[in-house]
Amino acid sequence: MAIAGAVARRSATSRLVEAYGQEFVVLGAIIALFVIVGAVNARFLNDNNLVNIFSGNAYIAVAAIGMSLVIISGHIDVSVGSLIGVLATIAGTLAVQGYPVWIAWSVPVLVGIVINALVGALIAYFRIPSIVVTLGMLSILKGGLISYTGGTWITNMPPAFFIAQARLFGIPAPVYFMVALTILMALWMRYASLGRSIYAVGGNVEAARASGLYPERICVLAFALHGFFAGIAALLFATQLQVIQSTVPPNLELTVITAAVIGGVSILGGTGTVIGSTLAAILFACISSALVFLNVSAYWLRAVLGLLILATVLADMARRRRHRAGGRL
Amino acid sequence: MTSLIELNGISKSFASVRVLQDISFDVRAGEVHALLGENGAGKSTLIKIMGGVHRADTGEMHVNGNAVHFTSPRAAAANGIAVVHQELLLFPDLSVAENIFMGHAPRTGWGALDWPQMRRRSRELLDRLQSHHIDVDARVGSLSVANRQRVEIARALSQDARVLIMDEPTASLVEEDVQQLLSIVRMLRDKGVGIVYVSHKLPEIFALADRVTVLRDGARVGTAPIGELDERKLVSMMVGRPIDQLFPKQETKIGAPLLEVRNLSFGAVVRDVSLTLHAGEILGIAGLIGSGRTELALTIFGITPATSGNILVDGKAARIGSPQQARDFGIAYVPEDRGLQGLVRSQSIQENISLTVLKTLATGPLIDHRKEEKLARDSIARFGIRARGPRQIVRQLSGGNQQKVVLAKWLATEPRILIMDEPTRGIDVGAKSEIHALMSALAARGLGILMISSELPEVLGMSDRVLVMKNGTLVGEFDRTHATAEAVGAAMTLANHSGEAA
Repeated sequence: MAIAGAVARRSATSRLVEAYGQEFVVLGAIIALFVIVGAVNARFLNDNNLVNIFSGNAYIAVAAIGMSLVIISGHIDVSVGSLIGVLATIAGTLAVQGYPVWIAWSVPVLVGIVINALVGALIAYFRIPSIVVTLGMLSILKGGLISYTGGTWITNMPPAFFIAQARLFGIPAPVYFMVALTILMALWMRYASLGRSIYAVGGNVEAARASGLYPERICVLAFALHGFFAGIAALLFATQLQVIQSTVPPNLELTVITAAVIGGVSILGGTGTVIGSTLAAILFACISSALVFLNVSAYWLRAVLGLLILATVLADMARRRRHRAGGRL
Repeated sequence: MTSLIELNGISKSFASVRVLQDISFDVRAGEVHALLGENGAGKSTLIKIMGGVHRADTGEMHVNGNAVHFTSPRAAAANGIAVVHQELLLFPDLSVAENIFMGHAPRTGWGALDWPQMRRRSRELLDRLQSHHIDVDARVGSLSVANRQRVEIARALSQDARVLIMDEPTASLVEEDVQQLLSIVRMLRDKGVGIVYVSHKLPEIFALADRVTVLRDGARVGTAPIGELDERKLVSMMVGRPIDQLFPKQETKIGAPLLEVRNLSFGAVVRDVSLTLHAGEILGIAGLIGSGRTELALTIFGITPATSGNILVDGKAARIGSPQQARDFGIAYVPEDRGLQGLVRSQSIQENISLTVLKTLATGPLIDHRKEEKLARDSIARFGIRARGPRQIVRQLSGGNQQKVVLAKWLATEPRILIMDEPTRGIDVGAKSEIHALMSALAARGLGILMISSELPEVLGMSDRVLVMKNGTLVGEFDRTHATAEAVGAAMTLANHSGEAA
């Protein structure tokens, strides 16, 4: 009995590793980073820094959830950084002009949903490749934003607006958003038939169509959800500081895409989880903070991220090759 | 007369599947040597070995008496062997001249492309092919299929090809272009080029070939001068293996009509097709690739909805405009290409099987995982799918087990009409007979099965009735007792032959 139980448990563990291999790798990397950097410089582990790591980067993790949906469905969005900038500006402008806070919060989320649903519709019904549509959106949004704001920063928002600065039990609100949305979407992707359909369409659109799904509608849905998450990310970004910069962090879209890919989302569509993308976003935040504490120039961050992408893809390919060789029955 | 190219004892396996066994073949100067065989007989592999794409495992190849080992298509071309591929491997956005000299363009003393010479020599080559109307500066993508083919032949000649291999050159040509192509082939032959000619169309073979070699299941059935053969004899060489007990269709009671198709058309590829499928019946559809069989299935299933005609299910008119609607009428479709339309290979067995029935498995927006897993476990047991469990990724299964997953997925919808397109293509003999037994059992339970297959023995062994398609229309109907390999094979291949033998 005991032996049988052990065997069963081991196979359950190995199943878990097989299904969530990439997620475990990223989680292991985060833990290793905390242990090593904490040993070198104990201040890395103090409260302030942990808040910085988790809370200051939660908006990237939230945006990466939506990006994962889009990539799993077989598409890509290179405009999300500009979209977040536009939505943050909308939120700030509404707040400054004296609209109630709930309007300043909800309008950008709705606008995000509508814009990306339109993007999804262009891709699905006019059969324009997503890279083309979203490259266009990137320019439209970025250009529009700079023209409208003239590069100035938005200040003087009412105090109630700053949702990202709120705390509950000492933990900042963005962390709650990140954790709750990740868990919710992980469950939805796994247990809802629509979530399942996104994987099917991304894995093989013709088989999905022949099975009675509507790939066009699912594409629009994935982009609309992505717009929702971009809206939430924009709120967290807009309310974490006292000012809203009209220039979002450069290359934000690339950081978000990288998080999804390092988290195990196949760039070809069909596989991956949002747990992985959130963990990967946290890993980035850890790395950039660790570089500071190890007195390494922050300019190395992008180089490190690049190495990480290549290492991830190589590890992924090695794992697949092993499966193909050993797993065939 | 000496041979331009001579192959001796060529064998070739792919991943332990033997596709060619001990093949000997030769081509002499100034002859057309036709290569025949059913789909999967090994013709394309043999062509690819001669063209330098594949290397033989054993056996030897001689060109002009010298032993050669081609490591690439370029090496084959350097030895004077050129292939005109069925799918015409040209660059649509480049000009005719660029395409003809791609990879071996004439150079100036500076090493730059010698455009005037390239254009002049292209002109000469096309003129040799009586293609004075093709502009050497035209974009290849703007040319008709027939003209593109001439560009490819010119390309072969530009490399001084002594052996020209043509893979089903007339498959996508209209009759007028076919005649012109045949005259070009004759002209080349008279100039001493050796031609390997692959075609399914027997009239062409008799009009053109000097000798014929027939392959079947990777082995050579025979080589003979055309004068010693007639059409019946050729067909029986191609398909005439004894039909053994691989195909266990049980006798079942044929019930009421389930599916009636009346004058169904889809554009020009399915034309005016009428058929009736009864409960408990397996209705086989035979025909060559490109005869409109698959297109007929896609039209009935609503993937390419009919442009005219009617479909009746249980005697009542059924409007089928999408796969969803077809499914709701109790129709299921096991597609020709598992990878393309059948499976999401990156997902598990469980997720694939439930894809057609997500709605019935879900309560509200959420899938009932316990029900889903039970369905998958039942399917694995019922279809004998060899897998570690319902969570195994489909990509990791063998072809036969993948095909069983496709079957399981569609039978989960509890269909009454099952369309199967090439149900056993590319799977091994054991899994094949398991799938045949499953089909037989399903028919015995009252399902109507419409089976499309390129394998004549399968069609003849499994079907209660056989329909033959050609050029998008039905050209023959045979009941089980009259459906012989010769009769059905003849209806599939012969020109202007509408065999009404039923």
